[in-house]
Amino acid sequence: MNSTMKNVSLFVGVTILFGIAGFLQSWNVALDMLVVGLISAVTALGVNMQWGYAGLFNVGVMGFSALGGLAMVLVATPLRPAAWAAGGWLIPIGLAIGAAAIALAIAIWNRMPKGRTRGVVVVAVLIAGFVLYRAVFDPAVSAVEAINPSSGGNIGGLGLAWVLQHLGLSQETALELSVWAAWPVGGAIAAGAAWLVAKTALGLRSDYLAIATLGIAEIIITVLKNEDWLDRGVKNVIGLPRPWPVPLEVNLQQSHAFLALCQSWGLNPVTFSSITVKLGYVAIFLVILALVLTLAELALKSPWGRMMRAIRDNEDASEAMGKDVKRRHLQVFVLGAAVIGVAGAMMTTYSGQFVPTTYQPLRWTFLIWVMVIVGGSGNNWGAVLGGLLIWFLWVEVEPLGDMLMHLITDPMPSAWPLKAHLLNSTQHMRLMTMGLILLLVLRFSPRGLIPEK
Amino acid sequence: MHDFLNGLVVLLNYVIIPATTYGSQLALGALGVTLVYGILRFSNFAHGDTMAFGTMVTILFTWLFQSWGISLGPLPTALLAMPIGIVVTALFLLGTDRLVYRFYRKQKAAPVILVIVSMGVMFIMNGLVRFIIGTGEQNFDDGTRVIINPFAFKDATGLDQGLALRTTQVITVVTAVVVVAALFWFLNRTRSGKSMRAFSDNEDLALLSGINPERVVTITWILVAILTTVAGVLYGLDKSFKPFTYFQLLLPIFASAVVGGLGNPLGAIGGGFLVAYSEVAVTYAFKLVLKYWLPAGLQPSGLVQLMGTDYKYAVSFAILIIVLLFKPTGLFKGKSV
Repeated sequence: MNSTMKNVSLFVGVTILFGIAGFLQSWNVALDMLVVGLISAVTALGVNMQWGYAGLFNVGVMGFSALGGLAMVLVATPLRPAAWAAGGWLIPIGLAIGAAAIALAIAIWNRMPKGRTRGVVVVAVLIAGFVLYRAVFDPAVSAVEAINPSSGGNIGGLGLAWVLQHLGLSQETALELSVWAAWPVGGAIAAGAAWLVAKTALGLRSDYLAIATLGIAEIIITVLKNEDWLDRGVKNVIGLPRPWPVPLEVNLQQSHAFLALCQSWGLNPVTFSSITVKLGYVAIFLVILALVLTLAELALKSPWGRMMRAIRDNEDASEAMGKDVKRRHLQVFVLGAAVIGVAGAMMTTYSGQFVPTTYQPLRWTFLIWVMVIVGGSGNNWGAVLGGLLIWFLWVEVEPLGDMLMHLITDPMPSAWPLKAHLLNSTQHMRLMTMGLILLLVLRFSPRGLIPEK
Repeated sequence: MHDFLNGLVVLLNYVIIPATTYGSQLALGALGVTLVYGILRFSNFAHGDTMAFGTMVTILFTWLFQSWGISLGPLPTALLAMPIGIVVTALFLLGTDRLVYRFYRKQKAAPVILVIVSMGVMFIMNGLVRFIIGTGEQNFDDGTRVIINPFAFKDATGLDQGLALRTTQVITVVTAVVVVAALFWFLNRTRSGKSMRAFSDNEDLALLSGINPERVVTITWILVAILTTVAGVLYGLDKSFKPFTYFQLLLPIFASAVVGGLGNPLGAIGGGFLVAYSEVAVTYAFKLVLKYWLPAGLQPSGLVQLMGTDYKYAVSFAILIIVLLFKPTGLFKGKSV
């Protein structure tokens, strides 16, 4: 069996797994897994660019995903003119002052001759910048957060929907169309953050980079949890729009054409409306995945891709051949983060809400790493396969573990506290299973299911 | 003078005592990270979960002892259960080493592969701890709660502010000093400790001199079990035990170890206290202290807080980045492999 046959059969196998889940559990569950699996595949493609192409060890995937998700809040929610009128426009000015102070400090550090004066001037600039920034920023934030805090209190959307509305669209359609813009914007926000991270931390050794990105992800989540003016923090943003043309289940259930269709096929309108919605997501996300995958494959097979792999395998030799290793690393780090950001925005779209507290490193960073390693580092198809397969397992281990535990505990008398404890703890088995899968793959098939060519 | 003392008491209560306690806990954690890095040459992402594991075992035995009616009087029962926690954790770590890490050591795998392997171990340990004890918060501190009662202090001294000193804070610092002293005695004075340091400095030379690498690795894991369990139990006694919090401790612990210089035990301690003091000082609102210390006209109207308390991770991270940019081997000259 040649490798193409093997790879095709792996994908067929995963399809069969989803099919089994559809028949045995329900098609709603299977499709839900498929949608999130597709999103995970896009995230895994982003991580694979950084790790597989270039050997950059990014443990801050969660942060870039969350920043991508933030784009949904900034792009696909209505404009809040009241917030801007109350002084919201001072917020970007305050942030700009802070950024300018840091930029000035860096410029002084680079230009001035070494010595004590330089240190004193830099510290003075930073302190003055900080005081000025707080003086502009704090009152503006309090003013914005005071407006209708129970449902608003943030600056809202940045106005894309408003522009579309003025072009003659209804507010609903305008928001639904904005969602399509939110995905690339999510990528752009994540890429911007990645550029900053890369500028400071990319020169570090592999495990320092890991620790640094781990920290950056935590900080991004902390910012998203606490800066209520931006995304309402822990009060969450709910009711985000669906991407046009995916309908709401309620609207489908009231449509005569849909009801007639259900009747003629003998289907339950409630179940079928939810399946239709998920199929809509599957279609859109398949297109995005195909697009990202094609671009990633083209990049990998181009001279640029060969250069990246050459740099990964031997930095010194590539540098001697005249390759700008630092620049290439920066480039691929930003590109990978952009892909992760797009996937993060897609996830927020699918869940319909932005909840900063749901971002947990085990699910959003380390699980993605399991996908990449199991799928095959350096191989884009492997990343896609890993994304689908590992997400399937992540979801299915819980009911399977539950069944297994019931089987094990069956002979125990029901009065035993151990029995209740074991039955209640099955949800934690998925962490152990993921760890076990990762360790087994690393040990016995370190190049993954679809190895790099 | 009266005002100065009042301000000092506030500062002690909210900055110096908590930061010293937290610094001791971080220092113990960072020592473990630095030992693994020095001997096994990788950054152990499972470190926070190892702390959680050791603490969990200790808590389970504390409950057992409590149900038997055994206690240490004024001291928390957990101190009695801690040796058992250490032994179980050591056995667990040696088991993981045999089953997982040794294979890669024999292969001379790249450090980054070992880091990914430690991520797998992290998943399993994290799952195991949640499986056994759940995700909730556990308080297992018993014994006398306070050494200096703020109200009694106020009555005795006539100051407006009362000094508060909890038993767990004293226990933390005393235990940390004892453990660190014992560790340094071991590393500097015993044959095994010296062979460990030799192995860390130059592996090939150490092997040539007849040092058994497997023995060095075994001793390292046992020391790591001691350090993680003690650090975890002290943190749990001082605050509370929650698996997720322990996982999150990974960042300040890494920051401490890196800031001090990875592979350098002295640096780990310095780094731990530096990170702890910065975290507490940057996120504390100094209004009350300055109210006592500044003359009447200059007293601040705001909270005089540089950053919200939620941003404490940002502090350890900022220190980490600044040190790495300007002094990549850490303040105390660690190694860079």
